[in-house]
Amino acid sequence: MKMKGARALIKCLNEQGVKVVFGYPGGAVIELYDELLQAKDLIHILVRHEQAAVHAADAYGRVKGEVGVALVTSGPGATNAVTGIASAYCDSIPMVVFTGQVPTKLIGNDAFQEVDIVGITRPVTKHNYLVKRPEDLVPTIREAFYLARSGRPGPVLVDLPKDVIGATINFPETQPIKMRTYRPTYEPHSGQVEKACKMMLKAERPVLYIGGGVINANASEALTELAKKLDIPVTMTLMGLGGFPGSDALSLGMLGMHGTYFANMAVAHSDLLIAVGARFDDRVTGRIDAFAPQAKIIHIDIDPSSISKNVQVDVPIVADCRRALTAMNIWFDKSRDFDQKAVQEQHQVWQKRIKEWKVDHPLVYVEEEGVIKPQFVVRKLHELTGGDAIITTEVGQNQMWAAQFYLFNRPRHFMTSGGLGVMGYGFPAAIGAQIAAPDKTVIDIAGDGSIQMNIQELATAQQYKCPIKIAILNNKYLGMVRQWQELFYDKRYAHTAMDVAPDFVKLAEAYGAVGLRATKPSEVEPVIKEALKTKNTVIMDFVIAREEGVFPMVPAGKATTEMLLV
Amino acid sequence: MKHTISVLLQNKPGVLSRVTGLFSGRGFNIDSLSVAETLEKDVSCLTLVTHGDEAIIEQITKQIHKLIDVIKVTDMVEHDHVEREMVLIRVKAESGSRAEVLRVIDIFRGKVVDVSPKSYVVEVTGSKTKVQAIIDILRPVGVQEIVRSGIIAITRGKKS
Repeated sequence: MKMKGARALIKCLNEQGVKVVFGYPGGAVIELYDELLQAKDLIHILVRHEQAAVHAADAYGRVKGEVGVALVTSGPGATNAVTGIASAYCDSIPMVVFTGQVPTKLIGNDAFQEVDIVGITRPVTKHNYLVKRPEDLVPTIREAFYLARSGRPGPVLVDLPKDVIGATINFPETQPIKMRTYRPTYEPHSGQVEKACKMMLKAERPVLYIGGGVINANASEALTELAKKLDIPVTMTLMGLGGFPGSDALSLGMLGMHGTYFANMAVAHSDLLIAVGARFDDRVTGRIDAFAPQAKIIHIDIDPSSISKNVQVDVPIVADCRRALTAMNIWFDKSRDFDQKAVQEQHQVWQKRIKEWKVDHPLVYVEEEGVIKPQFVVRKLHELTGGDAIITTEVGQNQMWAAQFYLFNRPRHFMTSGGLGVMGYGFPAAIGAQIAAPDKTVIDIAGDGSIQMNIQELATAQQYKCPIKIAILNNKYLGMVRQWQELFYDKRYAHTAMDVAPDFVKLAEAYGAVGLRATKPSEVEPVIKEALKTKNTVIMDFVIAREEGVFPMVPAGKATTEMLLV
Repeated sequence: MKHTISVLLQNKPGVLSRVTGLFSGRGFNIDSLSVAETLEKDVSCLTLVTHGDEAIIEQITKQIHKLIDVIKVTDMVEHDHVEREMVLIRVKAESGSRAEVLRVIDIFRGKVVDVSPKSYVVEVTGSKTKVQAIIDILRPVGVQEIVRSGIIAITRGKKS
């Protein structure tokens, strides 16, 4: 079938099951947009800044468990998308980003709105392509989707010169994708699984340490089964939150720099650490030689390069997390050596010790008369949404308070820019999440600094009638940096005071959204209730304790047992 | 420790910069690099020499292997193999020293590939130490310019 490149691209998107594209038009992609206008099965969400298109596609993909798609023009459109792409890369989020490009004969000519986006994004994409020949268009797009969603997922960029989109091509038949150079390992090695299971049987102080890989692989169920079967406490990375029910007795909450006291203590004293889809990031390990010093380490990860990168691993298992965990569950079910009662008995001392840690230093904050504490706001949000909302965050204190105090019981309900730490992620992500789950309550937990990084998306939220709730924890500071300055720079608050900010209530109204403000604790609940019943985008401006800190905190470079507590 | 790593990759535009970008981005070292096509026209072989402790070398091979266009990564240290480097030397060769220069070249089993009234261009292949040795020996005679290739390596055939 002969058709124009632009139409072929849209046909490809249909073929891949894409329903929504987040984008922003421009000269190089004008042809594509012209086709989009006629595409029936495809919704285009017009953002107000290209970065937002990518974050929205990121969160859309996370909520749906699919590949998010963003479309931007050449030059500045493409460079604006880079932060979003890099964030998705750090967090292993499946995504395909299409960028316009100047016509092939102008490439390398410093043409108007030309950048070498393939060169720029090479280190922040799983893979990227410049489609130089029209006949390569369709196979490249198919390969891009395949790469984005398979193995360790990640963003794939496809750069589309204007003449390629405009050319007439023959639409090729679908063919199974076979890549000589790329064959991810999904099935775990049975010998390694057995070895790991035997270690788990013997362990007296085991801890499961789970990351975003559990969510990507839809492995929560298998993981929960394993944890309960073997009576093993579970701690989660920021990306792993929701991978195991946060309210379960076995949950230790988050570990690491702002992890719970009991999670960090448990890891530090464990004799067996079972890492699943996590990558021993520096925010998790603290001083590396003091991380789980007594523990043997089992590491399940689909990416071989994650294994023994930061911490030497005793039993590596390169596999899809779900399949590896399922194989373990089956092994225990069949094993004659496994006796659940015996295992529970074996862990009795350990579980008791963990309970003591939980009692000694629970996750707390200090109430102050007449002042709103941010943790209180997050707890109230949890309570009033029944813990069922999709939460996105910006980056900084707001992100950590959300991670600590909103107990996530299910996967795909928490979207945050974990690895790259992008301020300005949360709001566009909330738009992507709301488009993906129109019936869900979606809340962006934000700071007064980071919300301003993509505040223009209020227009997008309005245009597509997204009833997103934005909870600004407003301390008129770049709070996390201020906290570091307080603790490590003798309170020299160099440029962290956000003395001038818009009136967020009026700002919301200016966009046609609703603005609400709470200045004392008694107003928090009414404001949240009012917001939740409002069928419009709402900004809740919570004027919080200005110098509240995030605790526990492991100072950079310290061991995770050296926590500063409340 | 030095490692010679052989990488088979798809011969596609930009593929070399994927490899070198990986090295610069992750702070790995490249001591030498050599790329050319193989028996298969769309496959290139890239031989690079790097150094680092075991953990770094493991990361290097894993990270290279993770690149989508890479077919195979071989750390030559794990295999019985042959390594060669080539050097082209333009050395001063005037009437008084021509015979001496030729003798040295002969000892190193080198070849004169260009002759001019006052100089030779000499081609020598061998191990890194051999190449270094001839440069050192010719230096007092008057080496005007040298160009060294990166190291290339191949595994030896099976003994049986």
